[in-house]
Amino acid sequence: MAFLSFKNTRIAGISAGVPLKKICNLELEGLSTDYNSSDFVEATGVLERRVDDYTTSDLCIAAAERLLEDLKWSKEEIEAVVFVSQNADYILPATACIIQDKMGLSKECYAEDIALGCSGWVYGLSTLAGLMAGGGIKKALLMAGDAKRRATFNNPLFGFAGTVTALEYKEGDEGFKFHFGTDGSGYDAIIIPDGGSRNQVTMDSFKEEMINGKAYNRLQTRMKGMDVFTFGITTAPKTVKGLAKHFDFDYKDADYVIFHQANMKMNNMITKLLKLPAEKVPSCMYHFGNTSSASIPLTIVTQLRGKVEDKPTKFICCGFGVGLSWGTVAFETEHLVISELVEM
Amino acid sequence: MELEKFIENFAEQFEETDANEITASTVFKDIDEWSSLTALSVLAMVVEEYEVALRGDDIENANTVEDLFNIVKAKL
Repeated sequence: MAFLSFKNTRIAGISAGVPLKKICNLELEGLSTDYNSSDFVEATGVLERRVDDYTTSDLCIAAAERLLEDLKWSKEEIEAVVFVSQNADYILPATACIIQDKMGLSKECYAEDIALGCSGWVYGLSTLAGLMAGGGIKKALLMAGDAKRRATFNNPLFGFAGTVTALEYKEGDEGFKFHFGTDGSGYDAIIIPDGGSRNQVTMDSFKEEMINGKAYNRLQTRMKGMDVFTFGITTAPKTVKGLAKHFDFDYKDADYVIFHQANMKMNNMITKLLKLPAEKVPSCMYHFGNTSSASIPLTIVTQLRGKVEDKPTKFICCGFGVGLSWGTVAFETEHLVISELVEM
Repeated sequence: MELEKFIENFAEQFEETDANEITASTVFKDIDEWSSLTALSVLAMVVEEYEVALRGDDIENANTVEDLFNIVKAKL
């Protein structure tokens, strides 16, 4: 069982960047031959999304500039950047290297990309918490998000967002407790079939096929919705309960339990199965859609700003999805800095 | 696991369809209100009531409500 605990590191601040431009799902026509747009909005809880011509790193960099200003951290102090996304700027090099240069960070900077989606923020957090626990790195930025600009597709579920979580070494801090899991047998439950090394791009990659009443080409994300749905509602409660049991605490004592914003039907069922009161489970998907690895920090920025900064706050955060991959983390914040949402 | 109770639970997932119209032999994909979105409610009901995780293929391979009942029963 992948249970981990890292001390001596805290979250100092969180910010998020989204495009200003909104797309309302009620205005979309011909969404699917299977259902209409108002049924879609009711079932998924996604009314509108932010979509524009930005890459994930554009949104992350804008959010990072704002957060560094709010934290009064200088760029020379940043010793590591981890960029979690499945929409990198280029196939190579790693986007984290481009971010180091664009932001003017020190060349003595650890920089890497992690290619995970919905579970990615929790994985990225563990990577940095593990790196920092020994005190070798004092300040670091975790960037996480997805702007699905590579193969433009008006999928009504997904919105663009890039987030930044600032981490700081602090001796004696309780740090983070994690649980992780993976089931690669479900690798094709959410997949872009072509464009990687397994299936190279050919002219056929651009041909559309009908899947569940919707047309997709092979460069666009396709999903076995029912399989993903059952995976989410069974896995998320299990990993939250498993983490609490392993580290011997009651998950109901958390002030907030934040789930990856998959879709409302899924998240409501997870909340119900865990018997959590709705006020402890904030959500932002109504206005931002499913934003992949950005969805947990984006929920904190848009729903908890002004509510948690001045008091110690216990969080449990759980990401689950593409991979299939999942991770849950428990931590406590104090004097958290949450930047105003950056809209561009 | 009772078939009658399963039919009742199944019928509760529909808002516009009269519960009396749904029986063991109902071909559920022919119900007007059926869509991939109502399917999600059925999947959620099966997890909540029976702690069984169905896959899309299970829904695909079932024709009647009783077929689905048997698939769930086999996974108990």
